[in-house]
Amino acid sequence: MTENYFEVLRPGINTTFQDNGRKNFYHIGIPFSGAMDNRNFVMANAISNNKKNNPVIEFALQGPKLRFKGDKVYFNVTGDVNFQILRKNKIEEGVCYQNIILENNDCLDLISTNRSVYGYLSVNASFKIDFYLDSCSVNTKAEIGANNGKILEKNQIIKIENITKKYSLNKLDYINSKIENIRVIKGPHFDYFSKTAKELFFKEKFSVTKLTDRMGIRLDGPRIENIKNTNIKSEGLVKGTIQITADGNPIVMLSDHGTIGGYPKIGVVISADYDKLVQIPPGSKIKFKEINLKDAETIYRLYEMETQNLISKTK
Amino acid sequence: MIKNISNLGDAALYCDFGNDVNKEINSNVIQFFKNIQKSKIPGVINITPSYNKLIISFDLNITNFDKIKTEVEQLNFKNEIANVGKHIKIPVCCDNDFALDIKRLEKLLKLEKEEIYKKFFSKKYYCYMTGFIAGMPFLGDLDDSLYARRLDTPRVKVPKNSIGLTEQFCNIYTFESPGGWNIIGKTPLDIFDNKNNSSPNLINPGDSISFFQISKSEFEEKYD
Repeated sequence: MTENYFEVLRPGINTTFQDNGRKNFYHIGIPFSGAMDNRNFVMANAISNNKKNNPVIEFALQGPKLRFKGDKVYFNVTGDVNFQILRKNKIEEGVCYQNIILENNDCLDLISTNRSVYGYLSVNASFKIDFYLDSCSVNTKAEIGANNGKILEKNQIIKIENITKKYSLNKLDYINSKIENIRVIKGPHFDYFSKTAKELFFKEKFSVTKLTDRMGIRLDGPRIENIKNTNIKSEGLVKGTIQITADGNPIVMLSDHGTIGGYPKIGVVISADYDKLVQIPPGSKIKFKEINLKDAETIYRLYEMETQNLISKTK
Repeated sequence: MIKNISNLGDAALYCDFGNDVNKEINSNVIQFFKNIQKSKIPGVINITPSYNKLIISFDLNITNFDKIKTEVEQLNFKNEIANVGKHIKIPVCCDNDFALDIKRLEKLLKLEKEEIYKKFFSKKYYCYMTGFIAGMPFLGDLDDSLYARRLDTPRVKVPKNSIGLTEQFCNIYTFESPGGWNIIGKTPLDIFDNKNNSSPNLINPGDSISFFQISKSEFEEKYD
């Protein structure tokens, strides 16, 4: 039997194996992790006709360049990604959301994401990787998950197994949403901030700084003045929590966040806007919009229906 | 007990047990945490106990805030679950190479380092919570003569396994991490074992901890 694998010619900036993450370990300090942009993760597996939670390769800004060795495999890329397939005598421009064949010695060059951060690579097969606490998701801080908890490195091998014959022939028409307002529910410490600060928070724009990764987004903008206490007794956090640090700047917790924190929480990004939030690249601006719990729940149902609708189009 | 339940975003419950930090309130939090873990409420995907709050995250595809709130309020609460904390002994080497902030503490607390260590090693500590980074235990309470504020500028990298003090608490840096606590020593023990796939944490909320001093040669022996 032919061995199928990728050779990593260029690892990319922050390329990791991810699935939908770990549950029920916050209390020992282990966050969810998992694919940052859930919808693009789910769609990648749907197009490959894989199980819903099959591990994928997630890359950020600049992706990896991989050489395929073996018989053949189909792959698809989701997100807003600029990529090429380098075949024997030609270079093919890649199109996202459809299955593309790779044959022996073909190279896949995931050049960059366009005005977004994360992209996903799925194959109609499984990667031969390790799982930790029921998930392959790499958490580089705790050094857990596939690939010994590390990002991809140059020259390493990624073994591919269980290649299936069934995959979607359809190309999915999906346009990643343009970045607009990010909707936020007020947090438990909303009243720690001055009247002006509360107004500024929902009126002004904040820039996404370079100090942004899978753990969190650091924002820069008008100073959010705290009138009570810049510290609280440390307590739990969830994905999307916006804390205001002592210097008056917001930080938004993302999938690899520390499980507890000691800054006041001004708000939490709604679940339906999380995929959009993580895709905002450094240098862009965010505007927060206040929303109540009931509306957030309704919007989430619509988000989930839309995801299911997209999945059904791959069948 | 719980003073108030509110929502934290659209997919979590924020249970408030008050603002004080003490063992009594924290034991309540931990009891509640263990009860909810046992009750297996559908849709619960994470429960985070801390000093005086408990956050319950849930899957919006399965449940919602109102449902979970009702279920938590109607929970058949068993009091006896919590009192099963283990007692764990942690060796610490206080060699100058590891006790990065002992000089700062001598000045700040106006105590000789021998006194600082005597006070530190003579008490038994209680684990309020674990987290921030994987497995990091937050322990207390220190003798009140050892209360010190955080470093003015946090370290970019605190070495793995360092023991740190701040205010009434001490902790163990289970991984190299940024941090602002006053470092007084280092343990050769792995507090979080990332090869252990079932229970990677050595210390859990509710456990009691005592530290004992070891020499540099004992430390090196244990490290090998």
